Amino acid sequence: MIFTPAVLRSEWTKVRSVSSTMWTLASALLVTVALSAGLCALTNAQFDNLSQQDRLTFDAAGTSFSGMFLGQLAVIVFGVLVVAGEYSSGMIRTSLAAVPQRAAFLFSKLAVATALAFVVGMVTSFASFFLGQALLGSHRTGIGEPGVLRAVFGAGLYMTLIALFSMGVAAMLRSPLLSLGILMPFFFLISTILAAVPVAKDVARYFPDQAGQKIMQVVPSSDGSAYGPWGGLGIMCAWVAVALLGGYLVMSRRDA
Amino acid sequence: MIELEGLTKRFGDKLAVDRLTFTVRPGVVTGFLGPNGAGKSTTMRMMLDLDHPTGGEVRIDGRRYARLKEPLKYIGALLDAKAVHGGRSAYNHLLCLAQSNRIPRSRVDEVLDVVGLSAVARQRTKGFSLGMGQRLGIAAALLGDPEILMFDEPVNGLDPEGIHWIRHLMKRLAAEGRTVFVSSHLMSEMALTAGHLVVIGQGRLLADTSMSDFIGQNSRSFVRVRTPEPERLRDVLSAVGVSPQVAADGSFEVADMEAAKLGELAAQHHVTLHELSPQQASLEEAFMRMTAESVEYHAHSTAGLADAPGDREGAAAPRGLEEGGDGGVAGGREDGRVGDRVGDRVGDREGGREGVPVWGADWSAKRRKGSAR
Repeated sequence: MIFTPAVLRSEWTKVRSVSSTMWTLASALLVTVALSAGLCALTNAQFDNLSQQDRLTFDAAGTSFSGMFLGQLAVIVFGVLVVAGEYSSGMIRTSLAAVPQRAAFLFSKLAVATALAFVVGMVTSFASFFLGQALLGSHRTGIGEPGVLRAVFGAGLYMTLIALFSMGVAAMLRSPLLSLGILMPFFFLISTILAAVPVAKDVARYFPDQAGQKIMQVVPSSDGSAYGPWGGLGIMCAWVAVALLGGYLVMSRRDA
Repeated sequence: MIELEGLTKRFGDKLAVDRLTFTVRPGVVTGFLGPNGAGKSTTMRMMLDLDHPTGGEVRIDGRRYARLKEPLKYIGALLDAKAVHGGRSAYNHLLCLAQSNRIPRSRVDEVLDVVGLSAVARQRTKGFSLGMGQRLGIAAALLGDPEILMFDEPVNGLDPEGIHWIRHLMKRLAAEGRTVFVSSHLMSEMALTAGHLVVIGQGRLLADTSMSDFIGQNSRSFVRVRTPEPERLRDVLSAVGVSPQVAADGSFEVADMEAAKLGELAAQHHVTLHELSPQQASLEEAFMRMTAESVEYHAHSTAGLADAPGDREGAAAPRGLEEGGDGGVAGGREDGRVGDRVGDRVGDREGGREGVPVWGADWSAKRRKGSAR
């Protein structure tokens, strides 16, 4: 039995008793909602200046999640600090002395932090959606339209999976600086840039964020993707699974 | 009870712990002694399953650590006072540990009270001094009221009052029938607290003996004699079958004769003496001799530099010697208030000297004043 109520309760105490949890998750929510709202308002004001093509493929739901490309960075910081913070502070030795079953320790920690990221992710996605739609004026869509609820729910899932992926990577690298130094530029720059380069595009669309973001789109993009919204989320889940497996192997094999 | 069997740890080419086999028994404070880098901390980490042994195994009450359900109720350990998330309050730090082992919340307040941190329980540990960090680590070790306690260099960073407190705590825990295993690189510290000794050097077991046996075997006594007529004194001594050793400063060290008889002999032959003093080699010296070959980080200094601290120690010796002697006795005497304070002062001197080679310090030797002439 991997999850015991005792260890889960202990990990909940840990995650709620450091201020970085509050700061990172609050930033994720605020940045995503505020930036999405701003971009929606801007789009509404500039809609008539858009090209014919852009107007035809306009995705009202997707636009209201456009702030997530920045907000996800705060989620990454949250995931990294939850796991790698144990190593950088030396707390890991105290933690493992208390819970020597390393799989139980790691997965209880991930379960608690992921549950928290899920709640914040859902609040963020629904808030982003409704505020964004309100600001889109006549170009808005409704939650009852085909595919829209899936996109809103998916945006929350996307944030949750980003957190979990970061935790897996941090468990492998065991250093907050190293983990952030790899994850931040990857998600903020490299992935986005490669996705815009014609040749690299075909590879980049299988990156966790590029694949996962498909779930937030209601109007399919015209680039002829090999997978749909759930297929994309599946690809992202595979990345997360690999990161978690790596994290688990490092945790169980290496000296603390 | 902690049992080690052939415990081995290799880091790359370096053998940090080499086939250690010994047993830590309940009811007595067991000192785990070795120079810096001897493998003490690595051994302790392997006891808690934090480091995986290359070979051999450790059993806690007959079981591997990782097999223990709620291990804090079996064994409490202070390994590193800094093994704490600085952003968490002392209370929450202990609470999350307690919860993971199903220890009631009320116990957190109890141990905070025991170590005297109740007033700062809600403060983040980031601002704690090293001494407060040690106390928090000790609180965590006591949390599950375990039968086995393990402390890695617990007096580091503590003030004299704290050192006094931890010594008595360890003795009390052992007196309650618990297993207490405490590491140190200071023989003098061990002499005050431990009833049993395990000595290692370069990862190898050098001694596993009771404190009294160790003292008996290792406290070499001799009489120091200084004379302006060394040739004559040597002849006089060889006539009665005694061959003195010549110390570096030209004085004689006579091992097989009492000071009184030696003085009478010299007087009989009209040999002038400038010093006649009984000496007892300190435990620190015994420990140094034992580990001399296995000390990893020798201080490679020039002769001049090596002499200077020695001289200083020598100059400070008489006062230090008396204190060390008294402290050693008082440490074992529960009601010796004045003596205890002296012992603490000695401990403080020790603490203050951390990182400086302490091997030359022989302040814990007992020296009775002999007649100078």
